[in-house]
Amino acid sequence: MSISREDIEKVAVLARIKVDDEQVSALEKDLGNILDLVDQLSAADTDAVEPMAHPLDAVQRLRADEVTETNQREAFQAIAPATEDGLYLVPKVID
Amino acid sequence: MQWDIVIGLEIHVQLATKTKIFSGSSTAFGAEPNTQANAVDLAMPGTLPVPNEQAFRYAVMFGLATNAEIGRRSVFERKNYFYPDLPKGYQTTQLAQPIVGPGHVDIDLSDGSTKRVRIHHAHLEEDAGKSLHEDYHGMSGIDLNRAGTPLIEVVTEPDMNSAEEAVAFAKKLHSLVTSLGICDGDMSQGSMRFDVNISLKPKGSDTLGTRTETKNLNSFRFMEQAIAHEVERQMDILEDGGEIIQETRLYNGDRDESRSMRSKEEANDYRYFPCPDLLPVEIDDNFIEEARARLPELPDARRARFKEQYGLNDYDAGILSADAKLAGFFEETVEHGKDAKLASNWVQGEFSARLNAEEKSVAEAPITGAQLGALVTRIADNTLSSSGAKKVFEALWTGENDNVDAIIDTKGLKQVSDSGALEAMVDEVLAGMPDQVAQFQGEEDPKKRKKMLGGFMGPLMKASKGQGNPKLFNEILLRKLGG
Repeated sequence: MSISREDIEKVAVLARIKVDDEQVSALEKDLGNILDLVDQLSAADTDAVEPMAHPLDAVQRLRADEVTETNQREAFQAIAPATEDGLYLVPKVID
Repeated sequence: MQWDIVIGLEIHVQLATKTKIFSGSSTAFGAEPNTQANAVDLAMPGTLPVPNEQAFRYAVMFGLATNAEIGRRSVFERKNYFYPDLPKGYQTTQLAQPIVGPGHVDIDLSDGSTKRVRIHHAHLEEDAGKSLHEDYHGMSGIDLNRAGTPLIEVVTEPDMNSAEEAVAFAKKLHSLVTSLGICDGDMSQGSMRFDVNISLKPKGSDTLGTRTETKNLNSFRFMEQAIAHEVERQMDILEDGGEIIQETRLYNGDRDESRSMRSKEEANDYRYFPCPDLLPVEIDDNFIEEARARLPELPDARRARFKEQYGLNDYDAGILSADAKLAGFFEETVEHGKDAKLASNWVQGEFSARLNAEEKSVAEAPITGAQLGALVTRIADNTLSSSGAKKVFEALWTGENDNVDAIIDTKGLKQVSDSGALEAMVDEVLAGMPDQVAQFQGEEDPKKRKKMLGGFMGPLMKASKGQGNPKLFNEILLRKLGG
């Protein structure tokens, strides 16, 4: 299995990672190799195997619905790049 | 050309838990920005989510109330996308193994028929924060208090064929989740949000048309308008020979306009995968039976009981039973007011009208069911006329006085029902209006007579300072005038 330049560019956009043309060529080769490895795994017969949701054979513990957190806004906002009126400020986003 | 309308809904229901789905932060509404957003909610490195048991309990209660299969083993997945109000860069949600499997809800339609709407599944997930786009020096402000609030997303099959059916389903769901007590149902605060999938197909055709999704409708009225708007838009395109583009649209209710948000080509590729931070959740029989034991009376059962217990007709019982809070208010009114029919009229009439006018919820009403019940009692025993009752209601509502009998006393609203006293007033008034009396007695047309009779009521009410019982006045008048 190989991967196209278009696929790499699309994945890069989705992951918000900037790649230039030279890097795309290198990634084409590296990712292609990885996908070839995955292809070998696909050869195994897994018809009788249930898809795994988690590598640990354990179930999730649940928590009682009680407030345990206190307001620590000041501490969290002390390490934020920009805040105002209690809000975190980010570059303008309009959907 | 005739078209069939096909509608499916996705409904986000905020669960009324005290804390978030994966952290012990409070979910109380209206707190100062970011004072309820802590390490887990902010996606600080090294934090791990721990699911809230109550969110699972509420989801299971929803499943039981909608005749659904409960997912004994449910798995959380990551839905990846970038947006500043989603600090982790993914929403933790469920996909292949949701907590609630296929179920159904029956809706009542205005023609008296019932229709079954199938629910494909309902899954647990977390809400995002809020972005404020007001100008903060060219930046956006982010409040993450809502981030991590537990939601169930209810996904229906495309079983609805009109705006009426879709709205009936939405209202039924609202009635269900508020009756269950798993959601506060406050739509103005975003506690329930609707996405509507709509497509058209030639009448009778088996092939579904291309659908569009209109997102984030937060009132029944907007939902109805948005459906009408989108059906018309699609019909115009199809009848002009055009094609519908599969896309997400936003509806502006204030302007009755919609615009495209994103088309399928640019649709997000969410790259779902099982969340490695969370183990599968297993629900056992004990948990389900304990949730079942918590199920309160549901709207359909309550409606039947209201008909049986209070002798209400189907219409009144339907309206009063749909909303759990209104139903509770009505029952408190009846308990203190005895007369169920009168109580029903006042709760649906004056009380509801006043709530609507002031855009208040039942919980925010300034009067109690006990007070309205006391008022109903005084109407039933003839102490109050209907106009007097309205004055008492006004005084209760504005908080002028909280005691019905005290209001009646201080305002002198007690209706005079002593027939001796009323008869004397009638004699006096008739003696002063000999011409009208002669005219009445000479009139044959019953309609005109009725109207002329009304001419005596004004002076009588004046003579009794508005306190005479109009019904008794009427009886005495007819007797005295011969007729």
